[in-house]
Amino acid sequence: MNHEPIIGTAVPRKEGRNKVTGKAQYVDDMVLPNMLYGATVRSQIPRGRIKNIKFSPGINWSEFVVVSAKDIPGKNCISLIMDDQPCLAQEAVNHPEEPILLLAHRDRYVLAKAVEAVSIDYEPLPTVFTIEDSERCSEIIWGSNNTFKTYLVTKGDVDSVWKDAAYIVEGEYTTGAQEQLYIENNGMIASCDAGQGITVWGSLQCPYYVHKALMALCNLTADKVRVVQMETGGAFGGKEEYPSMIAAHAALLAVKSCCPVKMIYDRMEDMVATTKRHPSRTRHRTALSKDGKILGGEIEFIIDGGAYCTLSPVVLSRGTIHAGGSYFWPSVRIRAKAVATNVPPHGAFRGFGAPQSLFALERHMDHIAEVVGLSSVEIRRRNFLKPGQTTTTDQVVREEIDLNKLLDRALELSDYHKKRMSFSQNNTSGATRRGMGIAAFLHGAGFTGSGERYLSSVVGVEGGADGRLRVLVSSTEFGQGTKTVLSQIAAEALGLRYEDVTVAQADTTEVPNSGPTVASRTAMIVGKLVQLAALGIRQTLFSSGTLKESYSPEEFRIACQNYVAAHGPFRSWSHYEEPKGVFWDDEKYRGEAYAAFAWAVYIAEVAVDMVTYSVSVEDFVALQEVGKVLHPVLAQGQIIGGIAQAIGFALYENVAWQNGRMQNGQMTNYIMPTSADLPPIRVYFEELGNVHGAFGAKGIGELPMDGPAPAIVNAVKDALGVNFNSIPLLPEDIFHALAAKGEEAYLKGVK
Amino acid sequence: MSAPSAGTMPCEISFVVNGEQRTVRAHPMERLLDVLRQQLSLTGTKEGCGEGECGACSVLLDGLIVNSCLIPVLQAKGTEVVTIEGLGADDRLHALQKAFLECGGAQCGICTPGMILAATHLLNKNPRPKLQDIREGLAGNLCRCTGYMQIIEAVIAAAHESPTP
Repeated sequence: MNHEPIIGTAVPRKEGRNKVTGKAQYVDDMVLPNMLYGATVRSQIPRGRIKNIKFSPGINWSEFVVVSAKDIPGKNCISLIMDDQPCLAQEAVNHPEEPILLLAHRDRYVLAKAVEAVSIDYEPLPTVFTIEDSERCSEIIWGSNNTFKTYLVTKGDVDSVWKDAAYIVEGEYTTGAQEQLYIENNGMIASCDAGQGITVWGSLQCPYYVHKALMALCNLTADKVRVVQMETGGAFGGKEEYPSMIAAHAALLAVKSCCPVKMIYDRMEDMVATTKRHPSRTRHRTALSKDGKILGGEIEFIIDGGAYCTLSPVVLSRGTIHAGGSYFWPSVRIRAKAVATNVPPHGAFRGFGAPQSLFALERHMDHIAEVVGLSSVEIRRRNFLKPGQTTTTDQVVREEIDLNKLLDRALELSDYHKKRMSFSQNNTSGATRRGMGIAAFLHGAGFTGSGERYLSSVVGVEGGADGRLRVLVSSTEFGQGTKTVLSQIAAEALGLRYEDVTVAQADTTEVPNSGPTVASRTAMIVGKLVQLAALGIRQTLFSSGTLKESYSPEEFRIACQNYVAAHGPFRSWSHYEEPKGVFWDDEKYRGEAYAAFAWAVYIAEVAVDMVTYSVSVEDFVALQEVGKVLHPVLAQGQIIGGIAQAIGFALYENVAWQNGRMQNGQMTNYIMPTSADLPPIRVYFEELGNVHGAFGAKGIGELPMDGPAPAIVNAVKDALGVNFNSIPLLPEDIFHALAAKGEEAYLKGVK
Repeated sequence: MSAPSAGTMPCEISFVVNGEQRTVRAHPMERLLDVLRQQLSLTGTKEGCGEGECGACSVLLDGLIVNSCLIPVLQAKGTEVVTIEGLGADDRLHALQKAFLECGGAQCGICTPGMILAATHLLNKNPRPKLQDIREGLAGNLCRCTGYMQIIEAVIAAAHESPTP
């Protein structure tokens, strides 16, 4: 059974040919006979009671299908963690752009006018737009105290460390909202059949989230709801929970009109109405010994969840667990909270809370270095987690990770010391200031704590009449390479050719629930299940005597064909089982938070233009340990793409809010990086492996979102000598800070 | 999406699409993008923003790269339009399509048709582009997945594939 390895090689992307030839079918490319187009009437105000809805004259309303909350057959909510978010607002609205009515018409061009012709009278209610106002509870807008969720993580006796501390360092750090900005806007088509129930086709990450939401909304049994993922043009978390809303809307219109209904958001609707990354505020208070070792700390981590709960508790959880980063905290107390505001609900976005709390921590480490009088390198060296030590949740580090070695290599690859020296000599004059910044961090793969146990994912592999295997998963492809990597795993597990394996379209009538495609879990957790299910197929062929112990891929194919000819297509299933000895306490938030962590050291080199105050990233070194790299080209693509998004998060992507509404919902004025803006991003891997993942894989997708922002802002500090603690860091922020500093120097001179 | 101007009557407009003479009946102000996608079923041309910012709807019009969401179809009258479907086919991929496939230039694929056409235009103008030429030449096409590096690699690889000019 000798064969060429498939794992670790750059096999062609499964759906790549369709993508480069334009044949790949996205939801807007699909047309059904007799199809109507749908649109959403949304609230114009952030909070208030709906008093009256008027359909203005000048529109032939009899041509339109109109759906309101009264048309909902089941429960008026988008079922997720809590059932607090209505599908359509009925009496009150809690954020701008909240859906109130739905319209459908055969001609897509008349919809926009009709939406404008619906006028709604409101009785406005007081609003809350900031974390601070929400905490103050001057106005209660959600529950009894504006709080979706709190966590408390405690380790050791943090109250005893302050009296002996040589240094106590405090800091406050904030991050802004960020739009996922997938290039394909959200979209869905729904059709309804009296006998078969509801089918939706759409751009989405999690078919079974949509399935669950439609069952509750339409009061249907599981077999009467079918969810099919179309080719999905980017997601990044932005198509994790919101597609349930659009599917619900399209389904309601389809039920009422008895026609298929297509709803495709335009760019502005997608940007202003759908989810974004949670804005955050983190406060650190850290006790240190004379030699710069962390004795303990208090961390307060707060995220703005927007008007409804959606996924905020889970985002908060990941941010909380990552708040201590890749350092050893003998004692720590982390208080975390997700609060409500009257803005559209914030949601999943690559990194899921970790980029927020890690930005704070990695800026804070540089701040600590400055106070203690150590370098950015040395402060990290003295505090890195080592194998055998415990994380903030008391998880023992079992991986043989050597962060000092990782740091050494990153310093060498970036030519850190030499460049810093040269920059500091040349930074006194000229139109450009340069600097270097470091971030060291980790990212947990898979669902947090008991999450994977609750998901209890199922994966299938099917042997087909053509002798080839088909992987059955609800895990979706939206750019990361899910189909490619899962095919590699199945082929490698059985010694087959890559071409001998395909992955079924994610259609809930065809595939089991292998969990949502989130949390860097697909390659590691689902991949392992694919490996096990594939082995089950072979076992069936062995047991039936169709296949002998030693076989070639061709012999396997013939055996599979013969088996199917005799018995029909056959399937093998695998079910998630929690690794033995894993302990997690949901109450105390202690234990094994993740089965594996990916580890990284990133180094950014920046140049600040002293005329425009714009920051450009000139070089970027990304070194990470991610277990086994299953596909070198896809893995590189994940890292580079994540870093590009994180550069946007750090330097460009500013959501301009006014009364809870995004004012710059266009690609013209919400600025993401172009090919002309990005530095060469140099990606390096260390591969320690991982016993929990398929062929040693760990999660990789979210990691690169965590480190770049603090590395870049640390580099700006290195260049200018000014601390910035908020992102996005825009030229005007730098201008104001330097102007203030100049004024201070001037005033000192006057004295 | 903008509605065709009220009051204007649909008219017949002829142009060459992917080497074939086509005649459509459309409002003169209808977007070339919609005509290509809806009337001619050429759905490889994508809509990303509808305001000429993202480049997902890029097509070649008389050899120039344009955002088809900004072109009223009347403007295409008598021109030669090339969409991704006209560049290569499954069994005979264009050098750029092949290079995008091999280098990881396509992730989610939604910007890919426009990006490949922009790259085609770039290589037609400048068969041996330098790195900076490629970074600037593709800056009108946004990609949220790749961070562009593997796209740039693909353009370099395709340029090397083509015979020396």
